[in-house]
Amino acid sequence: MRSIKLLMAMAMLVALAAFTAACGGTEEGGGGNGGRGDGGNGASEESAMEESMAEESGMEEEAASSGEAESLTVYSGRSAELIGPVIDQFIEESGMEVQVRYGDTAELAATILEEGENSPADIYFAQDAGALGAVAQEDLLTELPEEVLSPVEDRFNSPDGEWVGISGRARVVSYNTEALTEEELPDSILDFTDPEWEGRIGWAPTNGSLQAFVTALRITEGEDGAREWLEGIQANNPTVYEDNTTTLEATAAGEVDVGFVNHYYLFRALDEQGEGFGARNYYPRDGDVGALINVAGAGILQTSDNVEEAEQFLGYMVGEDAQQYFADETFEYPLVEGVETSDELVPLSEIETPEIDLSNLDDLEGTLELMEETGVL
Amino acid sequence: MAATNKEFRKRSARPPRVVWLPALVVALAMLMPLAYLVIRSLDSGWVEFFETVLDGGTLAVLANSIVLAAIVTSAAVAIAVPLAWLTARTDLPGRKTWAILAALPLVIPSYVGGFVLVSTLGPRGSLQGALEPLGVERLPEIYGLPGAAFALVLFTYPYVFLTTRAALRGLDPALEYASRSLGRGSWPTFFSVTLPQLRPAIVAGALLVALYTLADFGVVSLLQYDSFSRAIYLQYRSAFDRTPAAILALMLVALTAVILIIEARTRGRARYFQTSGAVRTPRPTPLGKWKIPALAFCGGIVSLGLFIPAGILVFWLVRGVSSGEPLRIVWGAAWSSVSVSAMAAAAALAALPVAILAVRFPGRASGLVERLTYVGYALPGIVLALAFVFFGANYAPWAYQTTGILVLAYVIHFLPQAVGATRSALLQIRPSVEEAAQSLGRSPLNVIATITAPLAQRGIFAGAALVFLTTMKELPATLLLSPIGFTTLATSVWNATSEAFFARAAAPALLLIIVCAVPMYFLVIREREK
Repeated sequence: MRSIKLLMAMAMLVALAAFTAACGGTEEGGGGNGGRGDGGNGASEESAMEESMAEESGMEEEAASSGEAESLTVYSGRSAELIGPVIDQFIEESGMEVQVRYGDTAELAATILEEGENSPADIYFAQDAGALGAVAQEDLLTELPEEVLSPVEDRFNSPDGEWVGISGRARVVSYNTEALTEEELPDSILDFTDPEWEGRIGWAPTNGSLQAFVTALRITEGEDGAREWLEGIQANNPTVYEDNTTTLEATAAGEVDVGFVNHYYLFRALDEQGEGFGARNYYPRDGDVGALINVAGAGILQTSDNVEEAEQFLGYMVGEDAQQYFADETFEYPLVEGVETSDELVPLSEIETPEIDLSNLDDLEGTLELMEETGVL
Repeated sequence: MAATNKEFRKRSARPPRVVWLPALVVALAMLMPLAYLVIRSLDSGWVEFFETVLDGGTLAVLANSIVLAAIVTSAAVAIAVPLAWLTARTDLPGRKTWAILAALPLVIPSYVGGFVLVSTLGPRGSLQGALEPLGVERLPEIYGLPGAAFALVLFTYPYVFLTTRAALRGLDPALEYASRSLGRGSWPTFFSVTLPQLRPAIVAGALLVALYTLADFGVVSLLQYDSFSRAIYLQYRSAFDRTPAAILALMLVALTAVILIIEARTRGRARYFQTSGAVRTPRPTPLGKWKIPALAFCGGIVSLGLFIPAGILVFWLVRGVSSGEPLRIVWGAAWSSVSVSAMAAAAALAALPVAILAVRFPGRASGLVERLTYVGYALPGIVLALAFVFFGANYAPWAYQTTGILVLAYVIHFLPQAVGATRSALLQIRPSVEEAAQSLGRSPLNVIATITAPLAQRGIFAGAALVFLTTMKELPATLLLSPIGFTTLATSVWNATSEAFFARAAAPALLLIIVCAVPMYFLVIREREK
């Protein structure tokens, strides 16, 4: 009993000393080394691999300054579930080492802004154009070369060439198949302000895609038109959800009759929950802003030491293989012509999209103000 | 015999260096996120600062948060104290198992718990589906204040439960026996003798609940309650603007300071400790006819907080696997989670000097140091993570995005959990034991290592366990500060839920719960040996 106590006390003091050292930062790399050593002792191969990767990322920076590195660091706001496989494909074909930090698109944007000059990232891969715009605005992205930009239609790229669109998603209206048929849905998203939709709409005002849609609305319908629409929807007492997923789930469950979402969530739900899923997508027929196509895209950081490799990465993402992957696996729209899309997807060419310059979707601040003023947020 | 020493002796002695030096280091580390917030807040000058602070909308959501915190905290205490008493002091059948189960809702990440709650209890959720044959078309709305409060109570009451239960077990029952032998009934004895002795522990737990509620984002966003933490996240998520977010976070720190002042008042100045060397194991109180209601109470809470969420996860898993989804058990991520959480728990021993300073050397400075540790806890995870991004990338690039800085961030985030638990345990130890050892020539370090720490070990372990469990589910700091490519169970869950792959989220979420049950089990088993 006594020896146990003694042992415990000793362990405690060691930990205390280590903590003090780590806090004081007097002993260079003390905290980090201790941590790695501890983790590396583990039996799991995967974890050991991760640890060694961490070690290499530290060394890579030194190597990078001497211009020899072939390792890319990607900050990705798109999840590993979505783009992990296509990045693996790239690694296999290029032989390059790629490390990815996954996170929330906006949080990673904030991280890049905080890191400033010292960002370890080479590439910022964002879920939406607005976040890329915010980072580009701070002059943190380099101009991309023509061969990266040209495969993608201009309307899906940054006009200044600071980021390239990689995959697209359509805004759709999801509807509960028990409550409604497609014929009963209005031609335009603007018509959902009609009182007949009172209490039947679900949406996610805090979601980036919906906000991008409202920004687009401000461009096509003008500030007043957008305000009118927001007020009209608000007057119909829409149910507010956290995001596209919960909105779609609620539509399928009949909590609401229609929901404003992105197109691909339906296909994932069908994949997981089967054909019996209670909701389907509807693309407003009018060719107005209701069928906006927004993009996920990427740019290269000014601070990158591996610009050439980073360009190669982006080139791969807009190449045929990667584009085919997005079409087949994530049910998104490929942005490069000549890629076959799955039958389940309404072809991009058949969706009458509004004529909008996506780079203008970076005025989120104005959109947020409008949404706050109308009581939506 | 036990004695109540109501008047605390004034100490002329200065705290020994082995106590104040580490405590000071901890306090300085806590100032780091605060410094970051001040720097960011003043980015666009004082005008914007005051405009943001005095904005009507901002103050309204601040009020929302205060209401939520007050409701959640009182409800959590009301649930946790009886639960702690039932599992520690009565002949409740299976009380050790109940104790483990009742503590486990703590490990369910709020973004998972909130999601499960919505899909179960939503107006047209699974519960409604089950009731539909009975003609139930729609359940009442759970969104807003009621739903958010309900979910937060369920996932935070274990803070009060664990601290209170630890205190109950460390309590010398002699005072209660005296009260009973003098003719008082069991209820008056509980209220006038037991409860006052539990007060520091209850208040310590309640404080954690209140601050957790203020900083939580997962539940309030899923259940759509317009709280202050949600306003902070919105600034990052939609406006890409760090300045207003930092200003709001500073306001949260100010609110925390107010809560800490209230806490200091409620804590009470009374000191209780045992005089006899060994704590007697109290005779369990027979429940008699109350056995069934007591079981129903425990069962109800544990069902809502643990069984239903876990059951839904199992359901998603089964549904996914049966429709062809491969079952991926992420052992690597589990190991990563456990190893960083264990490191954070070990590093949380830094709470001991802070607690010793606060309990044995009460005063302005030691009170300030102790309360400073709550700063990191009161901040939403993303704010704390960005503070470390800022300092790490710009001033310590050699440590940036290593396990070291990650563990440091965890400790700064979760330390008050350990401080509170350790503090409550120290309060039960009579200082004369330490004084005797010191007067016999032992060094202060020797006294701490051989007397204070072993006597307070129950509190120290409870604190380390809390840090371990909360680190297991931590997300924002893990995503931004871990070595690149590092995946934990929490990031695996997040990765899947962010894309609505319920089946893929279920496996790591269940693994998270199971892995966390292990330390809970040992914590309870240890008690038996005593």
